[in-house]
Amino acid sequence: MRNGSARAAFVGLLARDGMGLWRRRGELLSPLMFAVMVATLFPLALGPEAARLSSVAGGVCWVIVLLAGQLSLDALFRSDAEDGSLDAMLVSGQSLYLLALAKILLHWLTTGLPLLLVAPAIALALGMPKFGVTTLMLALLLGTPQLSVLGACAAALTASLRRSGILLALIVLPLAVPVLIFGAGAVEAVLVGGQASQALLLLAAGAVLSLAFGPLVCASAMRMSAS
Amino acid sequence: MHPLWLWFHKTGSPPMFYRLAGKLMPWFWALAVIIGVIGLYLGLVRAPADYLQGESARIMYIHVPSAWMSMFIFAFMAFCGALALIWHVKISEVLMISAAPIGMGFTVVTLITGSLWGRPTWGTYWEWDARMTSELVLLFLYFGVQGLYSAFDDRRKGARAAAILALIGLVNLPIIHYSVEWWNTLHQGSSIKLLSGKSTIHPSMLWPLLLMAIATKFWFVASLLHRARGDVLEMESGKDWVQQMLPGAAESADGKAP
Repeated sequence: MRNGSARAAFVGLLARDGMGLWRRRGELLSPLMFAVMVATLFPLALGPEAARLSSVAGGVCWVIVLLAGQLSLDALFRSDAEDGSLDAMLVSGQSLYLLALAKILLHWLTTGLPLLLVAPAIALALGMPKFGVTTLMLALLLGTPQLSVLGACAAALTASLRRSGILLALIVLPLAVPVLIFGAGAVEAVLVGGQASQALLLLAAGAVLSLAFGPLVCASAMRMSAS
Repeated sequence: MHPLWLWFHKTGSPPMFYRLAGKLMPWFWALAVIIGVIGLYLGLVRAPADYLQGESARIMYIHVPSAWMSMFIFAFMAFCGALALIWHVKISEVLMISAAPIGMGFTVVTLITGSLWGRPTWGTYWEWDARMTSELVLLFLYFGVQGLYSAFDDRRKGARAAAILALIGLVNLPIIHYSVEWWNTLHQGSSIKLLSGKSTIHPSMLWPLLLMAIATKFWFVASLLHRARGDVLEMESGKDWVQQMLPGAAESADGKAP
């Protein structure tokens, strides 16, 4: 049985979750606050010398984005699994692939995109040269969707648990290693006067692959959590 | 039904598996110990010391087979996970979960022997070398699979979740490996790669290595069957065949053990 078009389901899920998030919009800020706070800790820990800070700025930005992205993951499927929405999605007859994609998009819009926008400020504050910032943003643009895909899969796997705690990070972080390496590598390459294209192309390939196949995995994890 | 399928389903039923595994296990243990002792004797006593690295190169006879096993077991786990997801074969869930701690063990042995070898050779216990780093990430992947499984109260649901994660991990392993290698060459030029000239290895060193590789395979199978038998008993503790074999099993194991 299937009611309504796939597009209506996709948009509907996005609108419903978006509305829910908007009502708790204070929570939307928490990844950003976390990012800015951690960024402040680095100069305090490493010392205020500009040379040392600017040499680690790119890597620090990436690690901050990676960690801040974990914060909102747990909420992605938790309430759906608890109140039965996940079961409703399953029996709706709609393509779970599209619904998973909607969840991934939602996570990216509410976490990846804001982090992408705040990252240049952090990078410049840490003393990264201006010409590296464009590459950083480009790398983040290609990398953060992959982090959202990985995160959504992990969140779907742990949705039916009472609490996921450190488990989400334990699942996501090892899998995010390639994104971190190529993302930080692209920035590093530009800063030492090289070409970022190799790393950026690999990141782009990863983004295409994970956006194509990630929702499949996420859908099967959703099915597992609902059953 | 095709005889092969029939055999497959029969062997996959828990009571049959339990009995068969019990019969096979001693043989695998015996083979593992015998081949392992011969391999260790040849490797640690008979094989010549390396002209460059001296006696410390003998760690290789434990390190390299363990490293092979650490990756082989992850692939095995993902394979069993796929069987569990597609055909819902109970035994393959058990085998997958039983393989995880063994794989973790081999990974830890690889990392420890690697760092012990690194001390006299590189002058440091830990080097951010591509192989060591990706082995460490592999250990984290094992932690993830094991942690996810044990977080579920429902054993079968946990096994399915772990199976999905094992499959994601298997697809990502080569990507992680090559990205780490890329990162490594980007950041530190060429590190010392004494182990890369594997093809020119002398036969007196190759034989013990191969024997150890075979011994670790047998060890894995024996240990896997051992663990899987225990798991099957626990999982089926309410069933008749366990009750007949072990009266009172149900009281001691209701649900999942800690």
